[in-house]
Amino acid sequence: MTLALDRRSAPTAEAPTTHVPDRDLHAAAPVPRTSLGVLPLEYRFLSWGARFAALGLAWVIVERLLPIQGLGWLVVVAALCNLMLLAVGTLVIDSPIAMADRVAQWLFSTGAMVVFLALGSTLTFVFKRGWPALHHWNFFTQTMHTTLPDAPYNQGGVLNSVVGTLIELGIAVAITLPLGVGTAVYLNEVGGRFARMIRTVVEAMTALPSIVAGLFIYSFWILALHQPRSGLAGALAIGVMMLPIVARASDVVLRVVPGNLREASLALGASRWRTIWHVVLPTARPGLATALILAVARGVGETSPVLIASGYATFLVTNPTHGVMSSLPLSVYNSVIAPEPQAVVRGYATAAVLLILVLTLFVIARLLARPPSAKPSLRRRIRRSLTPTRPLTVEPGETS
Amino acid sequence: MTAHGSEDLLPIPRRVSRKPTGGDAVFVHGFRMVGASVLVITGGIAVFLALQSVPTLRHYGVGFFDVHQGWNFDTDRVSVASLLAGTVEVALIAITLAFPLALATALYISEYAPPRLQATLISAIDLMAAVPSIVYGLWGRDLIQPHAGTVAMFVDRHVGPLAVSGAPRTALLLVLVGGVLVGVVLRGVVGLRSHGARLPLYAAAVAAVVLLPVCLTVDADPNAANLAPQASSFQKSAFIAGIAVSMMVLPMACAIMRQVFSQTPPGEKEAALALGSTKWGMIRAVVLPFGKGGIIGGTMLALGRALGETIAVLLIINQVFIIKPNVLETGTATVSSTIAAQFGEATGIQLKALLTAGFVLFVITLVVNTLAAIVVSRSRSGDATS
Repeated sequence: MTLALDRRSAPTAEAPTTHVPDRDLHAAAPVPRTSLGVLPLEYRFLSWGARFAALGLAWVIVERLLPIQGLGWLVVVAALCNLMLLAVGTLVIDSPIAMADRVAQWLFSTGAMVVFLALGSTLTFVFKRGWPALHHWNFFTQTMHTTLPDAPYNQGGVLNSVVGTLIELGIAVAITLPLGVGTAVYLNEVGGRFARMIRTVVEAMTALPSIVAGLFIYSFWILALHQPRSGLAGALAIGVMMLPIVARASDVVLRVVPGNLREASLALGASRWRTIWHVVLPTARPGLATALILAVARGVGETSPVLIASGYATFLVTNPTHGVMSSLPLSVYNSVIAPEPQAVVRGYATAAVLLILVLTLFVIARLLARPPSAKPSLRRRIRRSLTPTRPLTVEPGETS
Repeated sequence: MTAHGSEDLLPIPRRVSRKPTGGDAVFVHGFRMVGASVLVITGGIAVFLALQSVPTLRHYGVGFFDVHQGWNFDTDRVSVASLLAGTVEVALIAITLAFPLALATALYISEYAPPRLQATLISAIDLMAAVPSIVYGLWGRDLIQPHAGTVAMFVDRHVGPLAVSGAPRTALLLVLVGGVLVGVVLRGVVGLRSHGARLPLYAAAVAAVVLLPVCLTVDADPNAANLAPQASSFQKSAFIAGIAVSMMVLPMACAIMRQVFSQTPPGEKEAALALGSTKWGMIRAVVLPFGKGGIIGGTMLALGRALGETIAVLLIINQVFIIKPNVLETGTATVSSTIAAQFGEATGIQLKALLTAGFVLFVITLVVNTLAAIVVSRSRSGDATS
């Protein structure tokens, strides 16, 4: 032990060595922090002081010194002043290392706050602008077929777009779900050189911009095969865009199914197909559902494929193979570029409907992805409360 | 085991074969068919797009990539260069805005946020990714554009002239940019940690401090009042489109970064804290090096998404088919927005030109995504982010 240490340390005798710090025995004992979860008093004073001082300083700079005005500038300048005061203050009462820590914390918190404020402002802005049209029931039960764009909000609605979106999505999901999940099963459970090739191509095709997918359907399905612009073409465009996404996401989900579950099933004599149907897919079901729903949420909001392939109609179309069919994102786009202010408001209301649809899908995905809770379900709790309770003192060994 | 004594009764060992039989054969071949059909569909698109470029290039020749040419179907002089320039400008602006915000948000969620809030914030970021792009387009056009236009005008007036007029200010600006660049290279890439390596950074800081009052108070051009640009000439620009697109790609980058950060080995983090590191020191020494691959890969994936964004850009920009170095000024054109705007009137060779532009965009996106995948898979945090 000592020999090894000596041999190792011999060539680096001149290198800096570790010193035990000398403690000044006569110095006052450091006061231990009483509560580790809370910042010391001077730090709390500093952070609040920096905030108030920054506001005052920003007012002076914006209103009195510089030729810039407005609330926006005030906020920006106040934020910068706050950062500077915080940095200088920390440097005064502590070390540069602590200053870097405070500055980093400030930057990250502010960055996150900006992002969440932007998200909040997006959602509230759309709902607020669309509210005048949104709170009339006819917005969900009528179409714009016989309504002028500048008609009052108690006439007309977006039923055609809601129905069109749901039909197109249904067709797109009916195409992509079996193909995407089937491909993922093939990639994971069969494998081989051909599977690796498919995986490479599928991963590459996730890079396909959605507009190019729409243009492909337009020039192949509509121009080359002489099919009309229809809901089916729009669904195909969305499906072509979603297929690599679904296949790739399902592939990732299936990859994390534990291998020993498969091995256990195979060791019990199940065939490969039964293993997949009864073990792998049920294990991966929440993940697959989440992947699919997130892909659908992506597909429902894409405007460009339907803009090209499906077209826009103001009347209700329920036959996907028969002529142009409206959809929510395209309806938003067509309304907000219209010159009439009422049309723009209707566009915002349509965007709010689209957001509600996406939010619903998102919440369903979250609920499905949640790990199964240990709490018994509501139905079981109700049933249990209705049945007469058995004595709880019975030992587990005795009941059977 | 049973036939120890009699050699004759030794059972013939079962032939081990990996070849599927019975129902398994049906399963394997059926799923091979599914895989093959997906391969045909997805690969077919790429082949179709590539084939469409042949007549386009035959018709337009090398001029299809000519930087001096616009995109004009009426005069039949079409070059994808201006579209690509606009696309790259919008995507780079989006990434420049989204990268610091995504990094800050990811670090905040994984390191600073109170544990009770964490799950909610993660959901919020996922929700942000699911919001349709047209909503961000509306947000950018009607809520952000008036303010962003003002900021763009301010920057163009007060920062832009620095580079072209006033020798002292140009020198200060050069010192600022050069100092930061040299300092970052010395410290970050070469790895110098000595006092001398900090000097360029000090110089840059001094230049910035001197520059601030100069650029805010002294007006460069006495005729500036006459030449004062209108606020409207700073609307509908690549800059504002980039802001909207940044909102779209930010959650994607943020989700990948956060996922990588959350996989940092807790032992290493605790070791750094136990050695007396501050939280920021711990992040710099452990979390960021561990998540480097995820940071770069996530940003590049977001860049790939930003390149293909259509409808938000189409809502905001003013379509102009020339290469504009000044991104703050009105007017630009991206590949996807041009396709969306012009596919309806395009016929024959024009449609093929649009398809070829789409194919070029697809190839660029593919290259970016592939690089991102390579970076992520080579990093220590590895494959977990796929």
